[in-house]
Amino acid sequence: MLVSRQLTKSYRSGDHQITVLRDVSFTIPDGSFVAVVGPSGSGKTTLLGLLAGLDIPTSGAVLLDGTDLTALGEDARARLRGEKIGFVFQSFQLIPTLTALENVQVPLELRGERGAAVRARDLLTRVGLGDRTHHLPAQLSGGEQQRVAIARAFVNSPRVLFADEPTGNLDTTTGSRIVELLETLNREAGTTIVLVSHDLGLARRAGRIIQLSDGEVVDDSATEPAVAVS
Amino acid sequence: MSGPPTLAWRNLLTLAWRESRNSRRRLLLFMSSISIGTAALVAIDSYAGNLVRSVAEQSRALLGADLSLTSRQPLSPAMTRWLDSLPVRTERATVTTFSSMALVPRTTGTRLVQVRAVSPAIPFYGAIETEPAGRWRQLQGGRNALVDQSLLIALDARLGDSLSLGLSRFAIIGTLRNVPGDVGIATAFGPRAYIPDRYVAETRLLSFGSRAEYEVQLRLPSGSDADALAKRSRPFFQAEKVRSRTVRQTEENLTKGIDQLRRFLGIVGLVALLLGGIGVASGIYAYIAERIDTVAVLRCLGGTGAQVLAIYVTEAAALGLIGSAAGVLLGIATQFTLPLVLADFVPVDVHLRLEPSAIAFGLSVGVWVAVLFALAPLLAVRRISPLQALRRDAEALARRPLWRDPARIATGVALAASIVAIALQRSARPRDGIAMILAIGAAMVGLLLSASLIGWLAKRVVREGWPFVVRQGVANLYRPANQTRAVTLSLGFGSFLISMLYLVQTNLLRQISFSSEASQANLALYDIQEDQLKGVDSLIRAAASPVLQQVPIVPMHIAAINGKDVTVLSKARPSWALRREFRSSFRDSLVHSEKLLSGRWEATPRGAGNEPSPISIEQGVVKELGLVLGDRIDWDVQGVTIRTRLASIREVNWARFEPNFFVIFPTGPLAAAPKMFVVMTHGDSVAQRGRLQRTIAERFPNVSSIDLSLIQDAVSRILGKVAIAIRFMALFSVGTGALVLFGAVAASRRQRLREGVLLKTLGATRAQIGRIMLSEYAVLGFLGSLTGMVLSVGGAWAFVHFIFESPFRPAAIPMLAIAIGMMLLTVTIGVLSGRGVFAETPMAALREA
Repeated sequence: MLVSRQLTKSYRSGDHQITVLRDVSFTIPDGSFVAVVGPSGSGKTTLLGLLAGLDIPTSGAVLLDGTDLTALGEDARARLRGEKIGFVFQSFQLIPTLTALENVQVPLELRGERGAAVRARDLLTRVGLGDRTHHLPAQLSGGEQQRVAIARAFVNSPRVLFADEPTGNLDTTTGSRIVELLETLNREAGTTIVLVSHDLGLARRAGRIIQLSDGEVVDDSATEPAVAVS
Repeated sequence: MSGPPTLAWRNLLTLAWRESRNSRRRLLLFMSSISIGTAALVAIDSYAGNLVRSVAEQSRALLGADLSLTSRQPLSPAMTRWLDSLPVRTERATVTTFSSMALVPRTTGTRLVQVRAVSPAIPFYGAIETEPAGRWRQLQGGRNALVDQSLLIALDARLGDSLSLGLSRFAIIGTLRNVPGDVGIATAFGPRAYIPDRYVAETRLLSFGSRAEYEVQLRLPSGSDADALAKRSRPFFQAEKVRSRTVRQTEENLTKGIDQLRRFLGIVGLVALLLGGIGVASGIYAYIAERIDTVAVLRCLGGTGAQVLAIYVTEAAALGLIGSAAGVLLGIATQFTLPLVLADFVPVDVHLRLEPSAIAFGLSVGVWVAVLFALAPLLAVRRISPLQALRRDAEALARRPLWRDPARIATGVALAASIVAIALQRSARPRDGIAMILAIGAAMVGLLLSASLIGWLAKRVVREGWPFVVRQGVANLYRPANQTRAVTLSLGFGSFLISMLYLVQTNLLRQISFSSEASQANLALYDIQEDQLKGVDSLIRAAASPVLQQVPIVPMHIAAINGKDVTVLSKARPSWALRREFRSSFRDSLVHSEKLLSGRWEATPRGAGNEPSPISIEQGVVKELGLVLGDRIDWDVQGVTIRTRLASIREVNWARFEPNFFVIFPTGPLAAAPKMFVVMTHGDSVAQRGRLQRTIAERFPNVSSIDLSLIQDAVSRILGKVAIAIRFMALFSVGTGALVLFGAVAASRRQRLREGVLLKTLGATRAQIGRIMLSEYAVLGFLGSLTGMVLSVGGAWAFVHFIFESPFRPAAIPMLAIAIGMMLLTVTIGVLSGRGVFAETPMAALREA
């Protein structure tokens, strides 16, 4: 279970204090597929960074399976990410010098696990890239790169997967396939997925939408059963 | 900095290896900056190791005997008794060395030579090699001579010619190829001529006042301890003014000399290593700036700061190892070329072989320096936030203040401590090491300040009206991630070294330009006996040459100081000045190579009879003997005591090849003493001087003459050889500078690529982009080397002023030429290695960017 408890994040810019998130609270049960939506500058990415333990809030807390991320040090949060959290980014963020297979292996290797290559190859096959394991990111299309990123995100069997505008750099058809892939993995592995997007159509495919505006939750509701977006 | 135990070494290595995939060549380029420094250390240490080993192997042959005893006087009766008291089976041989004019009647060529008259047993150990081989054994067979090849050339002579030495003639039966213990360069001043010692008397060259060295060589019965014997007899030898040398002493002295050579040349290696380190640091800094996204992703995927740091440190260490290993190979190759530049300075045949300790030291120092210098910028990866993966932050590489970052403090301390440790390890005394570090540090701080100044000026001097390409080029000097500092440091240091060596060399050569500006003397005749003076004088005038100076010389010893006998004084405070033979002169005025420091020049003795004569003594001797003005000194002049008083202290410029003296008497007291003369004259051409030398040698065989212009040539040649050896080493730092420059250009390549593409998209032509680079490197190269020049003037001045105590004169035009040369080098390297940037099409470059 992922809990956001009165999260507030402020920055100091010169003489001004800018509050990007204000008292954001919600609970995401295990295995949910939640979308966080809102216009640019509403605080979506900041919220994602806090929920994933990439940053710490000015006040409030984030609890993942009862562990308060804000109480952990930088390295402890890194280890927790390695064990329980996966990421999919808008710009894919593959390591350009590693092949598809090696990119997927990295989280396992950072944990010193054996059999990384077997598991990575298996996941790449599941995302339809079994024949492109030795290609470098620059040799793959945008959709393929995002699929590698998804495989990498799932290689650790994370409890929660954060997807930041995962289709933002893809055409509609490819984007749709990527979301389908996320849905499947959510269903099959029971992974909690937190999708951040400003695309309402995409967000509607999640079971629940949390809407942000000016750093505050303005709506938090279940969606209709998922409808395919063209 | 301990990573979680879960990241296995194997995984770390694999990740590091994969991560570096696209940049290995570039990283290797950064790390190759270390190679040249490592190469210098390995080459120098290996060569020195080889030398020391060769000396140890050949030490007996270097001395040629178990014990060598040398004196300025022929064997005294006491000395003969001492020799007779040695065990029966002790073998004895003698070498008498003196200077003489050699004449080849067939060609009428004359030349001053170093005659070595040897007895048949010489050498007891080792072999003297001749050309044709085996002629050494024939030397004693008659009136034979073995000479240096250079003498044959100078006299236009050949084997079989007869050689006149004094009143005797010898047949030249061969040339000397290798005399153990002799340094090749020593023959530059006087070629050697070996003759059998039984003919010395026939030559009549060893007359009164002639300078000769009498050496007795001993082969002791097996089992005897030469060192113990020398130690036991030291008081006796001192009393007899005999210098003793054993095999062990010879070896120790040579080893000490080699060590000094190693340390001196090692400075160059250290400088190259430090420059390389700076190149590594600046290259890695640019590399990490490009790797921010990757680091952020690794952090998102669960990598801790320490893990990510470990990945990059592993990359740096692995490539540092490759760079150093390349340096070791280069060093080994250089080791085999060093004999070419140093052969003339070493007295042994060096048997070259690999020196494992030198290789291990070079390799480990290279890797250590590479890692430490890389660590300074690498530590920043710990601070790269995983949030970078979500949004790019301009301050990605912002660091904590130094005082709040123990790892950076520790790295800085380790770096400084390592540099100091290496410097100390390479200096004979801690003081020298510290001085070396301070000097290098001062030069580096000067260059760093100058780099900041260049950036600061570049920002301010650019004017709207300047052509676009020049503005862009100059702007590149201060834009973010610029390489101004690295390039200024590396280039500046290279040009600093080259220019400083040049300045020191030219200033020293100028000091030794002893064509006697005032007197124009270029031919010196000496060992002229009093009764020969008139004859010599008339021969000179007959040759239409002037007699410029006629200087009397009286040999003498100190008998007592302030009433205390010299033997008593010697026991209390042994000093070379108490034992030496002073060759003093008398005249009524100072000459232009002298300066009165204190006291009063008294041309004539005051009063008469028992009043001590006022004399003037050179400051070095005054200091050595601890004299003050007014002290009484009694001299033993051929058995007659002459009482004197120290009336003045002089400074003497010994660099001028003129008759100069430690002690000058007033005219009068020495008038009756037995003396000889030096006459200075002038001849317009080498031929005229040669003719005069020949005439005098034929008429007065004991009179020696030196053509000062030949000496000047010899000095120039020796300094030239020293300069080649030093410049060869300076090449190491210039080479490193070039590599650092390559690395710096490669480091900023991506940024340039992006900028170039943008400019091209906006309509810039390739030629324009080329010109932007040209202006950037021209300004950088010129200002960098100019800074080096300015620093070198300071360095050379300090060197010439404090070490050689001579006036300093800068040489503007050659320095400007060096600056322009360095600028051209910078532009060539910059444009060559950056040519891809302006040759790239916008599309290809966009894909890469």
